[in-house]
Amino acid sequence: MTEAPRFLRPVTGTANVGMAVTFDTPLALDCGRSLAPFTAAYMTYGTLNASKSNAILICHALTGDQFVASEHPLTGKPGWWITMVGPGKPIDTDRFFVICANVIGGCMGSTGPAEIDPSTQQPYGLHFPLVTIRDMVRAQKRLVEHLGIEKLLAVVGGSMGGMQALQWAASYPDCLRAVVPIACAARHSAQNIAFHEVGRQAIMADPDWRGGEYQLHGTRPSKGLAVARMAAHITYVSEMALQNKFGRALQNREALSFQFTPDFQIESYLHHQGASFVDRFDANSYLYITRAMDYFDLAEEHGGLLSEVFRVNAARFCIVSFSSDWLFPPVENKRIAHALNAVAAQVSFVEIHSDKGHDAFLLDEPEMFATVRGFLNHAASDLT
Amino acid sequence: MSLRPDLAAIADMIRPGSRVLDVGCGDGALLEHLVRTKNVDGRGIEIAQANVNACVARGLAVVQGDADSDLVDYPAQVFDAVILSQTIQATEKPRAVLNHLLRIGRRTAVSLPNFGYWKVRLSLLTGGRMPRTSTLNYSWSETPNIHLCTLADFVDLTRECGATTVEAHALSDKGTTTRINPARLTDNYMGPNLTAQGAIFLLKKS
Repeated sequence: MTEAPRFLRPVTGTANVGMAVTFDTPLALDCGRSLAPFTAAYMTYGTLNASKSNAILICHALTGDQFVASEHPLTGKPGWWITMVGPGKPIDTDRFFVICANVIGGCMGSTGPAEIDPSTQQPYGLHFPLVTIRDMVRAQKRLVEHLGIEKLLAVVGGSMGGMQALQWAASYPDCLRAVVPIACAARHSAQNIAFHEVGRQAIMADPDWRGGEYQLHGTRPSKGLAVARMAAHITYVSEMALQNKFGRALQNREALSFQFTPDFQIESYLHHQGASFVDRFDANSYLYITRAMDYFDLAEEHGGLLSEVFRVNAARFCIVSFSSDWLFPPVENKRIAHALNAVAAQVSFVEIHSDKGHDAFLLDEPEMFATVRGFLNHAASDLT
Repeated sequence: MSLRPDLAAIADMIRPGSRVLDVGCGDGALLEHLVRTKNVDGRGIEIAQANVNACVARGLAVVQGDADSDLVDYPAQVFDAVILSQTIQATEKPRAVLNHLLRIGRRTAVSLPNFGYWKVRLSLLTGGRMPRTSTLNYSWSETPNIHLCTLADFVDLTRECGATTVEAHALSDKGTTTRINPARLTDNYMGPNLTAQGAIFLLKKS
């Protein structure tokens, strides 16, 4: 019989988080530390062909996970991108072998702050090293090698997933044929860092956060994490979408209550967003992953010259942005296209007209589907 | 698939293996033709979503954008040839656009409809209403063609922009093209300014 754990389990509990592989060789991180051993939890869809040339890696966003096209084990909800990925979908699992891995620092089975530190036999908490987008990509590269794939057909991702796709192109230009960064940027803006800091401060101000050691104390900073999610959620939608959906409509009442209970539907909606999030996400993971995004500046190591990042890049790029996305506005996406153009890389840039804001990439956007389908079909046209 | 005659005439001006930017590339028919038959490194700029998607599905490198606002971001002399096909009359600032084209490319190919064409002149003279032709078939209030000009007007603009015409081709109603003497473009009698439905210019900075 095993001894009862002395601390709260990660949010995943005993749920089946899909496939997982643990690497003993240390993963050298940008912060100077290394991670060993580390686990990558992942899902695959479709079949890898004999020449191993039909693999597409999908990179998830801040609060996403490996369940891109299958039911989430904690929430029971369908995969987060079933409109894009599946049989007959733009990323067609009848043709392509799709891989999606939980990022390191995450909380769905890959090594992150809620997992056990082998050197202490306690949850890492804030002893987990700060990871970067590049570190996440390094871990994914290990996984892709483990699966026996030398060259990916494509790396596709939205938001933070788009950052990873760009980092893949920068770090491993010979290991991919096509890149689809959607609704992202080559660097996190001051405004974006500011919103992340609000979220982190909300988590750290929750007494149940306990200096990051909440698992040892048997608590969860659910209120702080919910506030972080609420604030972030506002940035994912456009002002017009919020206005059209909620306006000043009241929630289950005929008149204002003259109290601080949620009068407005928008308040109630945000509360729901916050409350449902804490059941599936770890607060420390939220701190680490937002930090990774803040640190992202692809051009930094090239003296700020983004085009230098992509010099001699044979991959094809298709950059997709949305007109009403104010978190990663089209102009930021277009900067990437111009940088690629400046070094004669093969790049297309699309600005899809949508009033849905940043989250448009997760929603029903037929033009996005048409763009991605056409691009990948052509990229795969000479597959053997 | 055969190319529209005006596009075929432009294609003939492009040297194999060169770097080409097609501004207002539409569904990418010309660019794809150039990539396939002349092995060019082709890029496009296109404003309409459906056209951009068509280009992407052809495997072309196309940036969704607007000639009026986006050309400023392209560095000088990076393309061997820049193409502006049947687009200049729809731009906000034709002079600024032409200046950018001449800056970005070593050669610039421009095709445009001729508002001095005799059928257009006759239509205005006899009908007393803004002319509608097969190539300019819009009512005045709906037309995207906000800066129409005659071939002579366009030649004036190229000179003001410091460009010379390397070669020119007249476009007929039937879609055929005829090489013409650039010196005759401003001739107001039986020259192309009266007889051509449109023209294609190959320009370079003087």
